[in-house]
Amino acid sequence: MTKKPSLYFSASQVTLVRLVWMTVAAILALMIIFPLLWMTSISFKTAQDAFSPTLLPAAPTFGNFTYVITEVPFVRYMANSLFVSATVTVVALFFHSMAGYALARLRFPGRELIFLAIFSTLLVSLPVIIVPLFIIVRAMGMLNTYAGIIVPSVFNAFGIFLLRQYYLSLPREIEEAAVIDGAGYWRIYWSVILPLSKPILAALAILFFLANWNAFLWPLTVASDQNLWVVQVGIANFKSEYSAAWNYMMAASTIVAIPTLVLFLIFQRQIMDSIKTSGLK
Amino acid sequence: MSSRTANAAQPRGEAFAGSEPLHGPMITTAKPKFKRSRISSRHQEWIAGYLFVLPDALGLLVFLGLPMLLSLVLGLYEVDGFGSYRFVGMANYAKMMSDRLFWQSAKVTALYAVMLVPLLYVCGLGLALLVQKTNRFNGFIRSMFFAPHMISLVVVALVWQFLVVDKIGVLTRLASALGFSGISLLGDPDFALFTVVAVSVWFLMGYYMLIFLGGLQDIPAMYYEAATMDGAGPFARFWYITLPLLKPTSFFVIMISMVAAVAGSQAFDIIWVMTSGGPANSTSVLIVYIYQQAFGFGAFGYAAAMSSILVISLMVLTGLMFLLTRGGRFNYD
Repeated sequence: MTKKPSLYFSASQVTLVRLVWMTVAAILALMIIFPLLWMTSISFKTAQDAFSPTLLPAAPTFGNFTYVITEVPFVRYMANSLFVSATVTVVALFFHSMAGYALARLRFPGRELIFLAIFSTLLVSLPVIIVPLFIIVRAMGMLNTYAGIIVPSVFNAFGIFLLRQYYLSLPREIEEAAVIDGAGYWRIYWSVILPLSKPILAALAILFFLANWNAFLWPLTVASDQNLWVVQVGIANFKSEYSAAWNYMMAASTIVAIPTLVLFLIFQRQIMDSIKTSGLK
Repeated sequence: MSSRTANAAQPRGEAFAGSEPLHGPMITTAKPKFKRSRISSRHQEWIAGYLFVLPDALGLLVFLGLPMLLSLVLGLYEVDGFGSYRFVGMANYAKMMSDRLFWQSAKVTALYAVMLVPLLYVCGLGLALLVQKTNRFNGFIRSMFFAPHMISLVVVALVWQFLVVDKIGVLTRLASALGFSGISLLGDPDFALFTVVAVSVWFLMGYYMLIFLGGLQDIPAMYYEAATMDGAGPFARFWYITLPLLKPTSFFVIMISMVAAVAGSQAFDIIWVMTSGGPANSTSVLIVYIYQQAFGFGAFGYAAAMSSILVISLMVLTGLMFLLTRGGRFNYD
């Protein structure tokens, strides 16, 4: 709409407004990512230097990183996080796409009721059910196991809901060809629907992986065995042991933040686009 | 329709297919033989539907539905550290009514939500309007606005705690340079909750910016063109076009942020790491208090009773949303 001559401003005024606009945006952006820059900066500083007000470390050192990695089993924590997040993501996408397909495409009695029941859990988040969930998982003997961390994290209505919406938007003709070929429902799902859902599955995979990598509350609650700690629990515990050693703590924070930031750098368009459309369409 | 349909998903389908021979491995690459089975294709669709929904439905039932129900039941029991249960009726709820810390936590939760929701709305929409036009520069700025949301809340809390360390933290020093010296942003009960809210906003506003950008995208450009032709300035356009047409998005944002604020989805991690509910319980939101009661003192029954209040209020909110959106459709038609 700004391509057309504005009725209010002359051309030079419009350019000026745009310049001011861009400057404001740029300054805000710098302010917003400042804490992240600061974190990275401190992680390269020595202990005496940690509170000096310069962004660039006077004598950059890798010492904090090597200390953190050798003193604390951070590699183990990272491996645990990776295993848990990847497993949850794969299993969740598999189950959710099956359920989403059935709820969008297959006709069976009680379908609306099942959808309504699933929808009703959409806004119930983990914190509010943590106490009874812990008791159930304890009763199932899954405390301090990988299964205990992974299984309850798989199920959430959000993924089913989005996939169902997506399948509703697919044209029916696509399946009809397969039906005429005599393919069963499993075959339609596996070789027609799944390949068609690649874009949304990719977007959801990134979101699920990020959410599980960053998850703290459930892993903290269900696993007290240090060998099962994910990286978020590890770093929170690290804080209570090294509370004054900010240079170590920021180095540890940087290590924990790097995988998600790298994911973001690679997939920023997909991540941001999938959030932009989630829940609204 | 071949009976492989159902049997591929779960062997149970085979039983219904009757005379059908076993197909061996679940997914064979061989072309399915077109055979009429004994059950009608309609019933096959039913069975397939149930089997496809089964894994998720079962999982949601056990790990979400059951806990929701259990929080109501468990609240009627007293549970000791060894896992023995004793029925106490409404005693936990009675205890809640007279528990000063419960009311304090309820108050803090309400305050947190009342501050967070409008702030997120304004900041999210403000950022979205700032970078609304799609071009390279704005794409870059958007990524920077959104970057904090990529970091785990534990790290977010650690980094911010470092920024606001008394006397020597960067932000504390900035504050004293601006004339607010001697302020303890996390140590002073008057400020700690504001700090937690600020950190939550910093973490969440990029996310809501994206939701708003999605909503702004859906407003047809011709409305703005027509309004400009009629002589509407930028503020009139915002007030008479953007805001009304953004109603579905606004509704979604307010709903989601309210639920997250009440449940403490972000607040728990931030508060647990930064303040553990202190100082003087000034940042003790309900979920933090519940967690301490359950996993600190082993008072699972009492904690469940308090959780049930949260569950019920969230169910009411969800029901309201479902009614207002006619089944989760966030648009007009």
